[in-house]
Formats: sequence, structure tokens, C-alpha cells
Amino acid sequence: MNYLLLIYTNEAEFAGLGQSELKKLTDEYMEFTKSIVQAGHFKAGDRLKPVTAASTVRVRNGKAITTDGPFAETREQLGGYYLIEAKNLDEATAIAARIPGARFGSIEVRPVWPPMT
Amino acid sequence: MIEEIFRREAGRVLATLIRLLGDFDLAEEARQEAFAAAIEQWPAHGVPANPRAWLIKTGRNKAVDRIRRDILFRTKIADREYASAAADEVGTPDEADDTFGDDRLRLIFTCCHPALNAEAQIALTLREVCGLSTQAVARAFIVSEETMAQRLVRAKKKIRDAAIPYETPDSSVLDQRIEGVLAVVYGVFTEGYAATVGSDLIDVELCGEAIRLGRLLDALLPHNAAVMGLLALMLLHDARRLSRVSDAGDVVLLDDQDRSRWDQSEIAQGLALVDKSLRVPGQVSPYTVQAAIAALHARAGENEPTDWPQIVGLYEVLLRLQPTPVIELNHAVAVSMVDGAARALDLVDSLAARGKVTEYHLLHAARGRFLHQLGRPVEAREAYRNALNTATLEPERRLLAARLAALKSQ
Repeated sequence: MNYLLLIYTNEAEFAGLGQSELKKLTDEYMEFTKSIVQAGHFKAGDRLKPVTAASTVRVRNGKAITTDGPFAETREQLGGYYLIEAKNLDEATAIAARIPGARFGSIEVRPVWPPMT
Repeated sequence: MIEEIFRREAGRVLATLIRLLGDFDLAEEARQEAFAAAIEQWPAHGVPANPRAWLIKTGRNKAVDRIRRDILFRTKIADREYASAAADEVGTPDEADDTFGDDRLRLIFTCCHPALNAEAQIALTLREVCGLSTQAVARAFIVSEETMAQRLVRAKKKIRDAAIPYETPDSSVLDQRIEGVLAVVYGVFTEGYAATVGSDLIDVELCGEAIRLGRLLDALLPHNAAVMGLLALMLLHDARRLSRVSDAGDVVLLDDQDRSRWDQSEIAQGLALVDKSLRVPGQVSPYTVQAAIAALHARAGENEPTDWPQIVGLYEVLLRLQPTPVIELNHAVAVSMVDGAARALDLVDSLAARGKVTEYHLLHAARGRFLHQLGRPVEAREAYRNALNTATLEPERRLLAARLAALKSQ
């Protein structure tokens, strides 16, 4: 079964990190990604640009309206994701717990509907 | 005799069927059909040598038949394939395999999974592990049957949608998950305990169910200090149940309780479990410490005064493990018995100053009691008035009103 792991962290806290801390974090992410690729769980994953680069599109009454910023202002922002395959929720949450961002942010674990045939 | 077998095996049969079929409702139907088949066939052919295995095999086969039958009524090929695959996936019970005990444990861990919210965990555990009807669980928590049914449906849907597994957790998280289960069991017990002083008549014996769950966990997870500690705590509290409430439905405090109405057998079991739990190496469980305190109260009799200094010491241990306002209050009461009311009042005032418990009637009642002991009736009366304003349960309100009246007459 597939799960989407949504990595939410407070971007402002990140801005406070120094060069060496950032490098350490990046290395940890690379290690983690490598390990789940090797274990056969990894299907996709990306780091997202910050919410300052986000735009939101809504279509109302036939009109497409684009606005600056994420869909909502939140205390933690979506910073990245992994799409993984896991045999059940426990396996998925164990993987999520190993994501470096889990130590200071929140990882939402969302089961994915199987593709429609 | 057949009824006796059903009563004994119903829980275990359900737990194994849930594992084999991967679905609560399907498992319940399968068990029902198995029982019906047994009633039909056993009188004629005799009771099988292993009735549990027979019931499980029969239930499982009937469920598979039902799944395959559904295929005939489906027109879409995709659905047919899905149903056929579902039938193929149904596990086969192994008669020689005595993992039946493990299935009940798996079921408990599933119902108490942290991905379910606390209310859902309690409702599911009472319904599926204890076998209470939806109506009984609803009554126990004073909600409508409709509300409780919805809660159960949502919980089962979450289990399906998120693929919460029917498994005993991995050893790396086992202790954490056991804590979750114990929190559910304790939650059930405290609901039942409070209900005995509520104004509503609750006919579901939640304390009994919690204790039954505790015994089951103790049997399935032997030598677990926290499990034994919780079971001891529940037994020692339950032992005093008959004396906690007067015939008129009024609260009777510990000092005034009729000790002849205490259940000595439960006390003995509780004391033994506290000892066993304390002998397990490793960090002591807060449940065990609470049980040890209850044990000291239970041991005290007319001839043996309560060992208050030891109780104070135990509360101090407990506060390091679990610094909650309730425990701080209980600590203060114990301190008042050893160091006097002035010291205890300081502790309670410091707790109140931290600001989180001003709505807590027991805090005001404690202040009232200490102020009364210190010969400050005006302030004592005000404290009891605050207590009355924040107390909700009828029998507790009557007790506080009586205290207030007694002070006014002085």
C-alpha cells in the first residue's frame, strides 16, 4: 500500500540554521533517502521551495484566480514529501519517524487510494 | 454445556477470526454462523475434541463462502476479481498452532492503536475485546447508541483505510504500545469508578470489565511490571467499592469507610501483585507506585495505623514520574497527616498559584479542610463555597454542602 509522507516544519526555524547545521541536515536526508530506496520503499520524494515561492489557484464561477502564498497560513509549512510503499501503517510510521524533519516538525502519514482500474 | 463452551471461547474465536478475515464485522458474522452450526450439529454428532478450533474453522469457511457468493452477484469484472482475491487471502487456521492467546493480544493492540483517538480506542476495546453490545458501551459513556455506533464505524474505517495492522507490535515499540493499552484499561476503570458516585444509574460494570482486561493482559504479558502494577491498583480500589458509597448514595471518605465491607480477596491479590511488580528490575511504573500507596491504605486497620510517612515518600516518587495536579493534591493531604495542616496548605497554595487548577473542586476542598484544621473557619467556609461552585457530581456536592453547614454552625 502507498502512503504519502508530508513533511511539515516551521520555515522560520530553518532560517536560523547555520551553514554547517544545514549541511548536516542535508546529509541526513540523503542517507535516509538512500536507505529507503535500498529497502524498496521509495517511490518518489522531493524537497519543496519555501512558501514564499508558493501560489494558490482557485476556480470560482468559471474564473481561475491565482493568489500569492500557500493555501492557508499555518504554523508549520509543507517543506517536502516522500511517496512510499509499505505493508501497513506501522511500517509507514516507522519510516516517517526516521525522516530528519520528524525531530522538530510533523510528518503527516496519508494512505493513498489504489489507482482506479 | 455447549453454552459454557461458547461463553469461554467467544472472545478467542472472534480474535482469531478477525486476524484470518481482516475485518471486524465479517468476523462477528462468521462467529455467529459458526455458533449456529454448532448448535445444529453438536447435539447429534457430539462436541468435537477441540471445540475452539472447530468453531474457528467453521466460521472461517462460512465467511469464505460468503465472500465467494458475493462474486456471483457482482457484474463488474474488477469487483469479481477483487472479491475472489479477498477470498484467497483469507488465512487458514492451524489447529496445532497455539497462537490463539496471541490473537487476543493482537486484537487488544489493534483496538488500542495510537493512530485511533482515545475515545475510539476505549469504545473499540469494550466492544470487540470485552464483547459489550454497542448499546451497553453507549450507556457506559452516557452517549446515544447512534453516537457510539458512529464512533465504532469511524474507528473501523480508519483501521481499514490506513491499513492499521492486526499484529503484536515490534519489540522496539512494545513497551510504548503497552503503555497505550494500559491507558485505555485505566480509562475504562476510572469511568466506572466515577460512575459509582454519579447521579445516573449505570448498569454496565466498567470496573469489572477493566479488571478482566487487566487479568487478560497479565496472562498474555507475564512478568510485566506496569501491567501488574495497574491490575494491583484496580483491585485495591475495587476492593473498597461497596464501602465508598452509603446506602443513601452519599460519598463515604476513606477514614469513615466500613472496612468489613472491603473485599479481602481482592486486597490480597492486589498486595501480592504490588510485591511481584516491585521485584521486576527496571524503572518502577507509576501504576505500581499508586498501587503501593493503595496497599498501605488497605493494610491499615483499627489496630494498625496508616503509615503516612511512607505514603508521603511514595507520593514524592510518584511526583517525579508523573507531576500532575491531582497527585500534588494527594501528596499535600498525606503531608498534612505527617507535618501538619500549615505545611500542607503551603503546598496547595503553591499549586493554586501556578494557575492551572482553579476550577478543580478537590483543590478548594483540600484548602477548606486544612484551613478548618488550622482554626481559620471564615477562610475555610470560603474555600468550601468555591469547592461547591466547581463540583459537578451530586453526591460530592452533598458532601461539600454538609461540610459547609457543619462549619457554619461553629
